[in-house]
Amino acid sequence: MTTATNPAAPLLSIQGLSIVLPSSGDRNYAVDRLSLDIAENEIVCLVGESGSGKSMTAHAILGLLPPRVGIDKNSRILLDGTDLTGLTPPQMRKLRGERISMVFQEPMSALNPLQRIGAQVAEALQLHNAEHLGATAIEERCIAIIDAVGLPSPRQIVRSYPFQLSGGQRQRVMIAMALLNNPRLLLADEPTTALDVTTQRQILDLIQKVQAERKMGVLFITHDFGVVADIADRVVVMRHGRVVEEGTRDAILRNPQHEYTRALIAAVPGRQARSTARPAAQAEPLLKIEQLKKTFVSKAGLFAPPRTVVAADGIDLAIEEGETVSVVGESGSGKSTLGRMVMRLIEPDSGGITFAGKPVLGQDAAALRAYRRQVQIIFQDPFASLNPRQKVGDAIARGPMIYGTPRAEALKAAAALLDRVGLGASAIDRFPHEFSGGQRQRISIARALALKPRLLIADEAVSALDVSIQAQVLALLAELKAELNLTMMFITHDLRVAAEISNSVVVMQRGQIVERGAPGQLFSNPQHAYTRTLLAAMPGLDFFEHRLAA
Amino acid sequence: MNLQWLKGLGALGVRLAKMVAVILLIAIFNFMLVRAAPGDPALVMAGQSGATDAAFLERVRADYGLDKPMATQLVTYLGKIVTLDLGYSHRQQRTVASAIAERLPATLLLTLSAFAISLVGGVVLGALAGVRAGKLSDTLISLLALVIYATPVFWLGLMLVLLFSVQLGWLPAFGYQTIGTSISGWAAVVDKLRHLALPAFTLGMLYLAIYARLMRSSIIEVSHQDYVKTARAKGASEGRILWRHMLRNALLPVVTMAGVQAGTLIGGSVVIETVFAWPGLGRLTYDAVLQRDYQVMLGVFLVLSVLVIFFNWVTDLLYRVIDPRIQAA
Amino acid sequence: MKQTLKSFLRHPSGMLGLVILLAVIVLAASAPFFFPGDPWDTVAAPFTPPQTEGMLLGSDSLGRDIAAGIAHGTRVSLMIGVTSTLVALIIGVVVGSLSGYVGGRVGEWLMRFTELFQTIPAFMLCILLVAILEPSIRTVVVAIALVSWPQVARLTRGEFLALKEREFVLAARCQGESPLSLIVRYILPNALSPIIVAGSLSIASAILIESALSFMGLGDPNLMSWGFMIGAARTMLRQAWWMSFFPGIAILLTVLAINLVGEGLNDVLNPRISRQ
Repeated sequence: MTTATNPAAPLLSIQGLSIVLPSSGDRNYAVDRLSLDIAENEIVCLVGESGSGKSMTAHAILGLLPPRVGIDKNSRILLDGTDLTGLTPPQMRKLRGERISMVFQEPMSALNPLQRIGAQVAEALQLHNAEHLGATAIEERCIAIIDAVGLPSPRQIVRSYPFQLSGGQRQRVMIAMALLNNPRLLLADEPTTALDVTTQRQILDLIQKVQAERKMGVLFITHDFGVVADIADRVVVMRHGRVVEEGTRDAILRNPQHEYTRALIAAVPGRQARSTARPAAQAEPLLKIEQLKKTFVSKAGLFAPPRTVVAADGIDLAIEEGETVSVVGESGSGKSTLGRMVMRLIEPDSGGITFAGKPVLGQDAAALRAYRRQVQIIFQDPFASLNPRQKVGDAIARGPMIYGTPRAEALKAAAALLDRVGLGASAIDRFPHEFSGGQRQRISIARALALKPRLLIADEAVSALDVSIQAQVLALLAELKAELNLTMMFITHDLRVAAEISNSVVVMQRGQIVERGAPGQLFSNPQHAYTRTLLAAMPGLDFFEHRLAA
Repeated sequence: MNLQWLKGLGALGVRLAKMVAVILLIAIFNFMLVRAAPGDPALVMAGQSGATDAAFLERVRADYGLDKPMATQLVTYLGKIVTLDLGYSHRQQRTVASAIAERLPATLLLTLSAFAISLVGGVVLGALAGVRAGKLSDTLISLLALVIYATPVFWLGLMLVLLFSVQLGWLPAFGYQTIGTSISGWAAVVDKLRHLALPAFTLGMLYLAIYARLMRSSIIEVSHQDYVKTARAKGASEGRILWRHMLRNALLPVVTMAGVQAGTLIGGSVVIETVFAWPGLGRLTYDAVLQRDYQVMLGVFLVLSVLVIFFNWVTDLLYRVIDPRIQAA
Repeated sequence: MKQTLKSFLRHPSGMLGLVILLAVIVLAASAPFFFPGDPWDTVAAPFTPPQTEGMLLGSDSLGRDIAAGIAHGTRVSLMIGVTSTLVALIIGVVVGSLSGYVGGRVGEWLMRFTELFQTIPAFMLCILLVAILEPSIRTVVVAIALVSWPQVARLTRGEFLALKEREFVLAARCQGESPLSLIVRYILPNALSPIIVAGSLSIASAILIESALSFMGLGDPNLMSWGFMIGAARTMLRQAWWMSFFPGIAILLTVLAINLVGEGLNDVLNPRISRQ
């Protein structure tokens, strides 16, 4: 990493930045008197949760704020001494992409879908062509930079369209575009949040590498303290538009002063194993999956071969009563499909599922109903998990009502459940849109528990939540699990979450289970190559490693 | 390279087969409609004029095998359609096919002009309104589009005739060309254009309004997209962003809509031709309606459907040219 | 519901449309009161210009009161517009929801069937149907419904396809909800908004189609409709501009009002959702 910075002449100096929101919102300021310096040749991580204003700050530097949002007159943003807030639009345009570059969060939508990659990368050079290069020279530069960011076959990439590239590849293209003119400052707005864990590791390594090579200043925005631990030189923590704490990486991580910083660091999953030891194996596992197979075939034209995706390639899995098993994998591993097949929301092609000794597949409607009573699921997206036109109490009570409980009784039970999950019984008459993401997940948990299931499947149930909310929901699930003696199947892409909540971790790759073991054992002695890759990719592994219990 | 070419050809073949299937289905619909009408199918097919001619009626019965079982009748009918035999108009004393062939070019001229005016005009005005969203020019264009969208197209035509022909005398009110004089060469073209102006413009106006509104919202939608922000972050000017990044993407829904509206545009040409006495298929239809000449109406219906299918194919091709994500024909 | 109503009351163009529409409806309801008698009756000298001899909007070639014609025509337009749209909605929602919910091959073929209807030049089909089946209010309503339902079906299918896989529907399935209950409690209420908007815009287009049919002489011969009035005025453009002008304005205002209300509803029911 890098050496001490020169505080006397920072590359970027933000002084008293206030960003004003249009009056209709619940806050007047997105960012309130923020001050922050970035020196040459250092990576500053701007950390915060959603609504902290971290992304707005970066956008403000480049003058990319949305139309009705403005910068307060007293704010100053100095790049090498020049005040960016006072520049005219043409002057600002000269800076963008040349002295300061930016990489955004969503690689899937950040590139023009109708234009070739080569044209879009070349545009970065064409707009600033200081050396007045001709077309061929520009193309050569593009190919060189695409090669430098680690993309194979640059000449082919240049002629491709964005839809032909994966998310990770597109993000590399974005970085290439950003680096083409050798900027002094790189703004990276959560560039790895939308990527798989292994891809995230590659992009983080790439950013570190190019930063060191070019001695750029980097403002890296993230919500993940694990990432901070890996790459930051200095850290700035934001909350509700204000800076809460700042310092060097080591100082903040080892000795956080502000309680919010402490809470954020504590919320990083996997720091304390909450689960207990694995229960003793019984005669009959609660859930037994045997040789489950599922292949998705997408429609083909008459002359095009159909595209097949193997979601399950002969999966064998047994879950004992009282266990919490995490199924960990990246996108395309088939973990979500597995959960849905257990719920019989998707029918497998072949194989068997047995629950409490009784077969699950191929049963008639009555048997399916009896089964569904005992297994419930919580989904990932809190905003799509609840019927917008149904009162929360009704949503929870419907389940028991369908199985014969009278309405009044079911509603009473629903009120009790809402209280238990921390929302208060009065929530029963309200509609989903009145609640936040974390609160909606709690409602989903209450709904799942209303039928008193024996097995609870959580399909990336905390992945869409802010880190601190995530920690609260995980704690709630752990409590409920112990109280109700629930068996849980926890599907996640985050090994750290798996380590925190489960007795046993199952690693999936491309429809197959490649390894299974207790978290501590898996972390200290991974057997399969893929598990090792996943572990190595885990953000903050070095820093948090010694805290993972066996 | 060869495999791609073969794939393309194959896909084209499939497309053509689908088009033919649709046309046959429409023919079957025609067949059923005649039999659904009250009364003797022979009378329906002979038309009001032919119904009075006993010999003609007999010919119709024999020709179409109206005393044979339904299945045989259908085969006979479809056989005739495939050989482009669309029946005989007793009123006009000629085959329906020849009547249609005579009028088709005028309709093609009208609908293609209207299509071009509406698409080009709509895209330009819509882009202008979208880029200046919220400003005066946007409000004016949007308001105009809204009012035109609510205007019955035939009435608009009449009002325009009232204004431009009767009051101002700038453009001719009716017909295809000035009759009674013999003009040739360049003057003839100009004369035709002067006659084409009002009908094409009237027909195009409604769709111009539709495309303008769609283009406007499309541009606004595209302006919020991430790739526009990326271009801005690279230092592109707003003009460059509009031209190189926004326009093409915004065009896509408009082209799709143009395909969807092809049917209504071609249907609308019927009314316009009636209003302006434009000698095309629409005018033919209007006269056929007055004369209850059903064979002609059915024939025009079939031909216009073919036209719609053709327009759909053209817009589809246009879409594929703009969007590289769609493969093959 | 209440929230929707309140938001709509604050929508400027929607409210403008609603006001005009209410005026139109009032006119339709009170037509026999303000213009008693038959609009087909001759009540004045032919070609009386507007604002003379007590003729508010003038008289036509047979001395009929234009204003009375417009007032009574309001009832015709509204009735045909609403009826044909209702029929189109019923057919469209049933076909679309079946196609979207069942999915698979059945859904595909239902969709192909729907697309077939959209390939046909709609107005030409109306002409054909009404001409062959003899013009009457019933055939006109059927013809318009027949060309309007495919759009509703397409829309409904799209909504159902999307909602069917939404997590809250999946969760309801896991709670044991029956398919009928899923459709009625979970999918339809959330699919309704775009369908309502499409329905209201459909009324407008139905009025336009009806007027075009009447213009061509294919309307119900017993009904004095706006299209018919314009059609009758066609050849007398020079002498009596008011014969075609006012009925056209009536169509324009009514259709404009309905469009404004429909778009207001769209803005209110489907606001741009910004999540936190």
